[in-house]
Amino acid sequence: MTQMNLVQAINSGLRGALQEDDNVLVMGEDVGRLGGVFRVTQGLQEEFGADRVLDTPLSETGILGTAIGMALHGLRPVSEIQFADFIYPGFDQLVSEAAKYRYRTAGEFHVPMVVRTPYGGGIRGGQYHSQSPEALFIHTPGLKVVCPSNPYDAKGLLLEAIRDEDPVLFLEPKRVYRAVKMDVPDTPYTVPLGEAKVVRPGEQVTCVAWGAMLYEAFTAAEEVAKQGIDVEVIDLRTLWPLDIDAIVSSVEKTGRVVIVHEAPRTCGFGSELVALITERAFLNLEAPPVRVTGWDTPFPLTHEREYLPLAHRIAPALLDTARY
Amino acid sequence: MHVIRDDGSLDPTRDPGLSIDEVVALYKAMVRTRIVDDRLEKIQRQGRIAFHVGSLGEEAAIIGAAGALRDRDWIVPCYREVGALLWRGYPLQQYVDHMYGNADDPLLGRQMPDHTFSRAHRYLSVSAPIGTQIPHAVGVAMAAKKRGLDECVGVFFGDGATSSNDFHAAMNFAGVYQAPVLFLCRNNGYAISLPAEQQTATRTMAEKAAAYRVPAARVDGNDVLAVWRAVRDGVQRAADGGGPTFIELMTYRLGGHSTSDDPRIYRSEEETDSWRKADPMLRLRKHIEQRGVWNDDLDGDWRAVCDGEVKECVRRAEEKPAPALVEMFTDVYEEQPWHLREQQAQCIDGPRATAEEDES
Repeated sequence: MTQMNLVQAINSGLRGALQEDDNVLVMGEDVGRLGGVFRVTQGLQEEFGADRVLDTPLSETGILGTAIGMALHGLRPVSEIQFADFIYPGFDQLVSEAAKYRYRTAGEFHVPMVVRTPYGGGIRGGQYHSQSPEALFIHTPGLKVVCPSNPYDAKGLLLEAIRDEDPVLFLEPKRVYRAVKMDVPDTPYTVPLGEAKVVRPGEQVTCVAWGAMLYEAFTAAEEVAKQGIDVEVIDLRTLWPLDIDAIVSSVEKTGRVVIVHEAPRTCGFGSELVALITERAFLNLEAPPVRVTGWDTPFPLTHEREYLPLAHRIAPALLDTARY
Repeated sequence: MHVIRDDGSLDPTRDPGLSIDEVVALYKAMVRTRIVDDRLEKIQRQGRIAFHVGSLGEEAAIIGAAGALRDRDWIVPCYREVGALLWRGYPLQQYVDHMYGNADDPLLGRQMPDHTFSRAHRYLSVSAPIGTQIPHAVGVAMAAKKRGLDECVGVFFGDGATSSNDFHAAMNFAGVYQAPVLFLCRNNGYAISLPAEQQTATRTMAEKAAAYRVPAARVDGNDVLAVWRAVRDGVQRAADGGGPTFIELMTYRLGGHSTSDDPRIYRSEEETDSWRKADPMLRLRKHIEQRGVWNDDLDGDWRAVCDGEVKECVRRAEEKPAPALVEMFTDVYEEQPWHLREQQAQCIDGPRATAEEDES
């Protein structure tokens, strides 16, 4: 066990994967000599060589397109897209190719690849270093979307994603890259995909969050607890395939739900969660499901703390929902 | 580069030295591909299949390249190269079943016609967005190199694909990583309606390769031996650790882009007629006839064999039922998640669009 932050835990996970399986390789812009712009891949090229930790040319299409080819021929590439905001040049490769290869070859070929990317706001990154594009990929049949909130889950989910036979988008909440430290095993271990986690049990309102916003949900839950409102906080961990049972069983208990995400509200993942909860737990609901999200604007710079669904916006939503 | 002269003789300085049996095999494969194309086009016109994208006039470029690749080399198709897959021994019945999207379609009716693949034949899967397969080919080649395998990859694309961002990304990666890949650009003159001269300001497609420091050749794509030789030279370069090669195969699409196209709208009959004289089959046939191994009788017999074979495949394909409805919900992921199980049940237990829909 070592005390690690999210960056160190992901680094440890990548190191473990590279040690475990010679077919794993890490690739992306500046991931080698520099160790990544967030230093997530620091030291890996030194340890494993430039043919396993590839500093690639500056092309998301090239990174994702060649990674697909590698995955089709026995390798397990873990690509880094420097910021989620830069993933769109490679969008076609993810959506039309990686996601559909298994289906369009009836399972004869498949694409076991992981795409890691720092996502989310709160680092004064403006509209091109802050986005949360998860809904675009959840909407794409064939992709899995993972988003850890803490170092332990990050390492375990990453190793599970690398072993998974389907393409996985691994969203890293960069706002909390170095915010939390916890004990993380030095050796490889896995956390299963598709399992949410109740991080704060409660009876009156369910609050669903992921990534950096989990901490805001938690803070808000503690705050409203002082006013006698008992909130259950769920960390989704894997966004898709979704752990629907965890959410529904919580809402069946509380009858009230608040969903928090950074991405714009309209057609955000929260919309789908509200629909699923309404379909499955309609008769248990005591209040309308509520979404606390980013606004439907491009991500701003100066007012990013007003854009993000931080605790100051979550707490009133929890109170209103509890008292509805 | 040309090898077969107009009179049917070979340029001895460029002759790749194939045995006469090998040359005849290439010719027979080209004829078979064309007969299959003709039949599929006819049945599409009759409304029996939805679509076909043929290779009329481009058989030498496709079969010549496939012939020069080794069995262990990968083929990454665009969508017009089923002749290469058939050359590798893919069963014609399976292809025709795919064209019908029936129960024996390896794709289980999930894609339009002409979206073939086969792991056994080292032939990746066709997808319709232009150029997306080119970086895959580079990735397969990089994987082969990393794994120490003596394999290279031939990737087909058209003149239009040289405008796609995937093309440039792939060429760049191949140059940087010295990937053992052959970029096989079938310059057939048109990207649907856009002439190659309007696709790019460069004089040739081959000169684009210089920007990525990829060696390039420009050959007569209607000369099967010239294609064979250029591709085999590229295979040799890749096998020797020399990295990628770009080959511009100068050819002409005698047919429409697909059965959905009407080329009369954008090009003249005279232009097409002049290219009919350069039909790759004519020169090659003249050559093998000169060598005394082919004649009208043999040609007629072979065409009858091919025609009978494809007709029989069509007959069988038409007797087969549709794929089971449940197959619409499999292979999205390795394991079916809850939401697809649920939707599968909703679909199967729900109302049918057509009463006769097979749902066994």
